[in-house]
This record gives sequence, C-alpha cells and structure tokens, in this order.
Amino acid sequence: MEHKTCFHCGLDSSSSEITFDDKSFCCNGCKTVYEIFSTNDLTCYYDLQSAPGATPKEIEGKYNFLDNVKIVESLLEFNDEKTQIVTLYIPHIHCSSCIWILENLNKLHPSISSSIVNFGKKTVRINYYTENFSLKALVKLLSSIGYEPFISLDDYSVGKKNVDRSLIYKLGVSGFAFGNIMFLSFPEYFQSTEFWLEQYKHLFRWLMFVFSIPVVFYCAQDYFISAYKGLKAKILNIDVPIALGVTVLFLRSTTEIVLDSGSGFFDSLSGLVFFLLLGKFFQQKTYNFLSFERDYKSYFPIGITKIHTDGHEESIQVYDIEKGDRLLIRNEELIPVDSILIKGSARVDYSFVTGESEAVSKQSGDKLFAGGKQLNGSIEVDVLKTVEQSYLTQLWSNDIFNKNKEDSFTTLTNAISKKFTITILSIAIIATAYWLFIDSTKALNVFTAVLIIACPCAIALAAPFTFGNLLRIFGKLKFYAKNASVIEQLAAIDTIIFDKTGTITANKETSIEYDGFELSGNEESLLKSTLRNSNHPLSRSLYALLTENDIVTLDAYEEHIGEGIEAKHNKDSIKIGSAPFVGYSSETATLNTAVHVSTNNLYKGKFTFYNKYRKGLSKLFNKLKKDYDLVILSGDNSGEQENLTKLLPAKTKLFFNQKPEDKLEYIKHHQNSGAKVLMIGDGLNDAGALAQSNVGIVISENVNVFSPACDAILDATKFNKLYNFIKASKSAIKIIKWSFFLSFIYNSIGLYFAVTGQLAPVVAAILMPLSSISIVIFTTVCTNILGKKLH
Amino acid sequence: MSVIYILLAISIIVAIGFFIAFIVSVKSGQYDDSYTPSVRMLFEDELIKNKPEKTILTKEE
Repeated sequence: MEHKTCFHCGLDSSSSEITFDDKSFCCNGCKTVYEIFSTNDLTCYYDLQSAPGATPKEIEGKYNFLDNVKIVESLLEFNDEKTQIVTLYIPHIHCSSCIWILENLNKLHPSISSSIVNFGKKTVRINYYTENFSLKALVKLLSSIGYEPFISLDDYSVGKKNVDRSLIYKLGVSGFAFGNIMFLSFPEYFQSTEFWLEQYKHLFRWLMFVFSIPVVFYCAQDYFISAYKGLKAKILNIDVPIALGVTVLFLRSTTEIVLDSGSGFFDSLSGLVFFLLLGKFFQQKTYNFLSFERDYKSYFPIGITKIHTDGHEESIQVYDIEKGDRLLIRNEELIPVDSILIKGSARVDYSFVTGESEAVSKQSGDKLFAGGKQLNGSIEVDVLKTVEQSYLTQLWSNDIFNKNKEDSFTTLTNAISKKFTITILSIAIIATAYWLFIDSTKALNVFTAVLIIACPCAIALAAPFTFGNLLRIFGKLKFYAKNASVIEQLAAIDTIIFDKTGTITANKETSIEYDGFELSGNEESLLKSTLRNSNHPLSRSLYALLTENDIVTLDAYEEHIGEGIEAKHNKDSIKIGSAPFVGYSSETATLNTAVHVSTNNLYKGKFTFYNKYRKGLSKLFNKLKKDYDLVILSGDNSGEQENLTKLLPAKTKLFFNQKPEDKLEYIKHHQNSGAKVLMIGDGLNDAGALAQSNVGIVISENVNVFSPACDAILDATKFNKLYNFIKASKSAIKIIKWSFFLSFIYNSIGLYFAVTGQLAPVVAAILMPLSSISIVIFTTVCTNILGKKLH
Repeated sequence: MSVIYILLAISIIVAIGFFIAFIVSVKSGQYDDSYTPSVRMLFEDELIKNKPEKTILTKEE
C-alpha cells in the first residue's frame, strides 16, 4: 500500500481509508475540519502551507466551566451587553495558515466580528457579539477546527494587562531632543563670530535648554532613582557617577547660558542619556513565546466540575474548592488538589510534576496528588486539601519564590564603578585644589569639567551591549536566557547540579532489555499482537521495539488495569504484566520498571526498561568535571545508580529519593558554604531548586510547552552544548574587561583636557559619542566572533 | 531679519509632529507585535483571489 499522509494534519493516513474530495485523512476529526473549511470557502488554508492542521480533540463537557459567569467574567478583556473581547492562548499556532484561518473566523460564524492573531505570543484576540453566542461556543468552535485554546489558572483575572512601554518613550524623547540639540549647537562648534550667529546664539542656546529639560527630568530619572537607592544602601553603583555627571552637565550648562559665558554641554548631555538608554534597550531581549515566570498556575485549570450530594454537577472555580468536596475529573483533565480516588480507574500522568513520562495506575481509595493528568476516562475524587495547601503547590509558599535573584548579585560593572567613582572624585578634588592656588577663577570650571568628561558612559554601555548581543546569539542556538545578568552569573558558577529524569534522560526514549528464556517465533508474534491492542505506555514502547512479526487475530483479549494484559490465540495463551500477575513469585526486588511475560502459564522472562540518557552525556560530564563540582539529585529510586556510576566521571555525587524540598535545601546548604550553583532541571518538582540556585536552567524537549519558573530554557537537542555556553559566558566577561580598559584610555584623554582647564564643548561632544560608539563596535564584533565559535 | 524665527518655528513644529506620531504609534501597540503584520500583509492577495472563484461557482450552479 502506498504511503499517504493526512491532507489536514500531515500524519500517516495509509491505514485509515478515509477519503473525501479525493483527499485522504487520518481520522474523522481531520475530515470534519476539512469539510467545515470547504463549505465556508476557507480551503485557502491549505494553499499557504501543506498539512497545517491539528486533529481536533473533542471531550464531552470539557468546557463546561465556561458556563460559570464568574469565570467567564475573569477571562474577558472587554464586556458590555452586546459585545465581548477575549484574548485566547492557542499553542497550536505555528504557521501562516494558522494566522490566516484564525483571522477569518468571522466567515465561520456570523457572531464573530473580528479576530487578530499575535503570532509571537500565540494568542488570538477575538471580538464577538453575545447574541446567540458565548465564550463557551467560541472555544468549542475553535476546538472543533483543531485550534484548542489553553485556558489556565494564570488567565484568571488577567483582564487588561498593562504593557510597560516607558523605555521606548524615554528612548524616543531623548533621541528627539538629542537630534534637535545637535542641529542647534552645530554653528557654535566652529566658534564663528559671524554676525548672524552672534545675534541669534542666545535664542539657540535657550532652545537647547528647553529640549534638555525632558531629557534630564524624564529620560534620566531611572538613573537618579537607582543612584539614590544605591547611596541609601551605601553602594556606589554605576548609576551614581552617571547621575552625578548628568546633574553637573545640566547645572554647568544652565549657568553658562545664564551668565552668557559659553554655550553649555547640552549636546553631550542629551547624547549621553540617549546612548545609555539605547544600551538598556538593547540589553532587553524578550522571547514572546517563552515565559520564565511560570508556576503551577499556568498549568492548573481555571474551573472544575463539582458533584453535589444530590448528584447534579456544577462548574466551580478552582479556588472555590473546599475540603470534602466531590469532584469529577474527566479524561485529559488535571487533578487540581490532593484527593482520594472514589470512583473509576485512574491512570495518572505526573510528567509535569516529576518529569517522569510513565503514567501511574491508581485504584479506588488511593491518594492522588495535585498536578497529575487523568488519562483513562472520568473519575470521581474527594478533596483532601485546597489548592494552596496541596503537596505540590505548597512548595510555592517558600520564601525563595519572592526573592529577586538580581538584587543579591553584584555585577562586574557595579564592582568597578565603586573604584571608579572614588578615583574620579579624588582627581576632581586634587585638580580643583591645584587650580585654587594657580588661578582660582578656573577652579570651579575644572571641577565640573572632570565630572563631566569622566561620566562613565562607555563603562555603562560595555556590559549591556556584550550581554545583549550574546543573549541574541544564544537565542539563535536555542538557549534562551531570561536576561543579561543570567549570563554574567553563569560565568561565575562552580557547582552544577542535575536532575535525573527528563533532564539527563530523554523523556520519550527508553532502552529495553530482555532477560529470560528465548521466545519462539509463535510466542513472539503472539506477544506483538497482544501488545498492539494495549494503550499502556509500556506496551506501546515494547511494541515499537519488537521486530516485525505476523499480526494474528486474537481470540480473546482482556486488560486488567494496574496488573497486565491477557490474550488467547488458538491454543496458546499469554500473560503480560507485573510479576504476580503472570504468576512469577520468586521476584527479586529490582528497582527498575519491568514487564514480565508468561505463555501457557509458563514463566518466560522479563523486559526491563532502562532510562535512555541524552546523547553526549558522558562527554559533557567529562568536559565539565575539570572545572566544576558535579551532582545529580534525583527524585527517583536508586535503580539507575549502577548505570550512572559507569557512565559518569567518578567524582560525580549521586543522590536519590530527593523530595523537592530536599533539593532546595541541598542547594541552600552549599550556597551557604560559598558555592555558586547552577541547577539544571525540568519538572515542577525542580521549581524550588531552580529558584534557589544562582542560575536555574530548564531542559525542554519542546520550548512551547510548559516549563517551570527559571532563568534560562535550553532546548533538549542542545544539551550537549552546555559546556560551550558556559565557556562563552566566561569569554563575555573578558570582553567586558577589555572594554573597560578601552574606555579608561578615552577617559584619560578627556581628563587631560579637563584637568588643564581647556575642555571646550566641542571636545566633549566629540569624545563622548566616540568612546560610546567604539565600545559598541568593539563589543559587538567580539561577541559575534564568540558566536561564530559556538556554531 | 526675523525670517529665522519662522524657520525655527516651522522646523520645531515639524519635528514635534513626527515626535507625536511616534508616541501615538507606540501607544496604540504597533510595536508590540512585529511579526504577524508582515505575514498578514501577504494575505490580502489570497483573499481577493478567493473571492472571484466563489462568484464563478455560484454563477455556474
């Protein structure tokens, strides 16, 4: 049979035999979406990109919580009697077809008036009329065409988010003022005594003064605030000399034009502020599609179904859940609170909590922890604890989540600015004292000139441009750092701690080993045929591993949840599952996951599942071991200990059975003894450790899906490049140190003019931008060379 | 010659005009999403291409 792919979603459709309009589809869901689009003349969707769709998943009652007025209210951005506006996050948005179809939603339903997609953020903002339509209907419509919105507790009471654009405004204002002042001050650079210039220079100077007012009082205000805060905490940060420079520039210039003794330094003043803000702007690199601040809220549902004692169901907010409530958890829904299973068979996927991809089966009476996802039909549970008090969410009450890592970290720039400020102030005082004896009229002039020319514009620019550029280079290599200080801290670490499951092991891959009597051809084909019927993840991975055999039609098949599967073909019977289920009693306690097989009630052997480690793991550890202390903190049992000791360098410390709090405490303990810790994890259970560490990096197989709060996200495919990233951060520090050296040379030249009392405005106007621009060029070229080496 | 006052006034008014345009554009969120508009721009053609097809179909039926 020829290989066919689904016209809608691109999955394999050779075995489905669903065709419509001469196109083949993998399932009825995809066909339905195609039908919807073709009847509404929206097939253009398929012209833009081939197979752009996603298979729609319909789960009965999934969006019932949108019947709750309070929940709906909290999701809406705008709401009056007739129209509503909502912004929905749709993870599937990935290509131009997606933008096209979502912006043509009004063709699908007359009640939708308009919709606008933000591709970077993967959101769509929809305007609709509430007559005969509702948010629930809208969400259902989107799901039915494969664009299922993701609504989480994080969206709760978001309403209108205020975007902070003040930096862009400040940059605009200072750029505007800088340009205009440059024009106005241009004639004065030639010190011309030409008649027209002489006559109008006062007007020009006062205009410059007017332009500089917003620069000083609006654009530069952050520097004053930061300098004040620094001084209050008795820290001489880089903003102190900057604020001092700006103040002196403004005061001296104003005095000069009032007394008509000169043209002032308004050009240098506005240029300085403009360049500084430009550096700040460049340092910001935001990844719209990533979030570094996520906690359990971005993953938890907003509403849940409560079953009243009289049997009727009601959708309530997750925060309204009380102890003792009976909840209904549907297939694919998340368990939001610690609870006890009452009815139904649970198969819970805790992958978001632990990183462990294998679902756990639970029976009635078992305790279920918050954060698991139900995979096997609906269940009913009794609530044990409220959302905030559940085992997982309690972790977030730790103080560490309210701390700002940047505050407790002295940057290289601030470290140098202390010495710098003291030096400059002493030079200014000595020079002034000298001139007081020689020519006291020049003393004040010299004092202010020193402070003006020494304003550390170039120093303040070195770090933002180096780190800003490196952030972009890292981003292209799929290492997404939250901000510049992450790179700086990364260069300083000396201990690296890894989580095991999902971090150094690949989530989706396992290696399987068979141990026991050899299986005959018949038995193998029976085994394969039986596994084919099961949806259990272990069965799926075992099925994928076994060599192709004739698939036989089974005479009988039964799945015992939590135990195993049983099947019959002709005279042969087979049992696959746990040791007691297949009748194997002499089970030695192994810690690894194993599947046992018996045929015709004769024990055959077991398949043991081992974690598959990421490519290049051993190589990476061997590179890292020279410079760093390596630790593995695993939440799992010690089943893999032997394997790991073989694989990793001997001095790597291994710890098993670590709870989330244990990991946090371990890091805290080592930090107290002076270690700078890099934590690498993946699941919610690492969230505490990631927050406590100096740098927390999350390994993610798909950067678009959930990851806990962290400082940086590293794509799993680039895991083996970790060493290179750390090395690059160290080189960045070197680049900054060289730029400091360069700017000191400029400063010495400037100081010569200042101390000798011959600082003309034109010298300042040339020297200041020149030093800034050369630093920008130097750091950009150097980081680009660094980036080339990384590729 | 007071013409320089007029020239200065005009130049500053023009500059402020552009400055206000910049502030308004930032405020309206034009710079918040710099990718989607570039794709959306290309769609207008697709839509026009689609429409005549539709009318032909209805005529034929």
